[in-house]
Amino acid sequence: MKFLGLLTVLITGFLLIQAERDFPDWGDVNSPASSYKLSQHYITQTFAETSVPNMVTAVLADYRGYDTMFETVVIFTAGIAIIGILRVFGSNIKPDHPEVVLTKKKPDLIVETTCRLLIPIIQLFALYVVAHGHHSPGGGFQGGVIFGASFILLALARDLQYAQQWVPENRILNLAGIGIFIYAGFGVASLLLGGNFLDYGVLTAIIPGDVKDAHSHSMLGVEIGVAFTVTAIMFSIYSSLSSNGHMKEGI
Amino acid sequence: MVAIEALADKFNYWVYIVIMMIGLYAMVSKNNLIKKLIGMSVFQTAIILFYVSIGYKDEATIPILYHDQVHGAHHAEEGDHSDEGAHHDETHAMEAIAKEATHHGNDHAVDADHAEVDEHEADHVIDAHVMHNESDHAFEAGHGGLDIDPNQFENPLVHVLMLTAIVVGVATLGVGLAITQKLYGEFGTIEEHEIIEQLRTGND
Repeated sequence: MKFLGLLTVLITGFLLIQAERDFPDWGDVNSPASSYKLSQHYITQTFAETSVPNMVTAVLADYRGYDTMFETVVIFTAGIAIIGILRVFGSNIKPDHPEVVLTKKKPDLIVETTCRLLIPIIQLFALYVVAHGHHSPGGGFQGGVIFGASFILLALARDLQYAQQWVPENRILNLAGIGIFIYAGFGVASLLLGGNFLDYGVLTAIIPGDVKDAHSHSMLGVEIGVAFTVTAIMFSIYSSLSSNGHMKEGI
Repeated sequence: MVAIEALADKFNYWVYIVIMMIGLYAMVSKNNLIKKLIGMSVFQTAIILFYVSIGYKDEATIPILYHDQVHGAHHAEEGDHSDEGAHHDETHAMEAIAKEATHHGNDHAVDADHAEVDEHEADHVIDAHVMHNESDHAFEAGHGGLDIDPNQFENPLVHVLMLTAIVVGVATLGVGLAITQKLYGEFGTIEEHEIIEQLRTGND
């Protein structure tokens, strides 16, 4: 079996290396991907069309809005799937193998104090990454992950139950749904105003400013929706995996 | 020496193939499910490296406009007029080249084969010129108050694609870990062959 696997890998690798001869050189400005009109359009026209200097965010949230919306749905579905696979209701169901029993100790002073100092800063930074995502590196996914990580840090430093005082299970799933609703809401709003789905240009009717500002502000709104979902699902994945589906006695 | 240069020119692509094959080998031939998941992550990382390498341009920076480029552009006019002008220039240039090419072709019209070759060459010249003009055109029409050279920034499209690929990677890894945990609770092992053994003999 191992030999067969190695053989498959070697043959695949050989074929890929053969194909690699046709690739353009690394960093070649005239390579097909770089000289194709679409990516050049993104680089030269993004600011003129959306007044967003960060082209990655503009392409993510505006030009490829459908893709990103369903990406958010993928995250949401993964979170739901993990809960569906692992979640155990009730406390009397015991698995066959003995669970690791952690002795309940008083939380360490240094760890606790460090977390008390760090977590607000992490959350503030996460909000900055979301809110400033269309002007500097950042966006909904990145900010959402940072925000979710702050709750995971809390759960690691104390325990899962302590963290769930702030983010209980039902609230976290509501948050994940609200995120997608915000995203889809921008799409439906532009439908109702006579445009295409996620065509932010027509939102000038309800967002102050001209067409470019409507694009820019809608991107911010959409990123906030993404951040909601990602934050919620990141913590949900952690709490499901760390507590073996009980959502109580975590690491 | 030539071999080393060829290696250096496409170094990232070599590395991506090596990393990807390591991931594939782990996925195919490891028995431990966690090791398989690690292999999957390594594989995804290789794909991310591949795409980001495609988007790289020499002496280019990340695809975010500089503050100086953005500053004051809000009040600038749209580039529509210059757009038209550039288009006009382009058609003009094309006509001129076509004229030149036919003239060139007539000189050699005696030999049919030669004429064909010349026409072919002329086509090439036009193609090259049009392409050149188009990039100029994009460059000129790009401003709307801004001077943006497409070669100044890396390709943003691949970065976007990889951002979403990372997200899918996290989702698949999470689901995979959840399934592994469930299997461990069910069978008491994460070795694939032991699970298959238990399934075959009939787990009570």
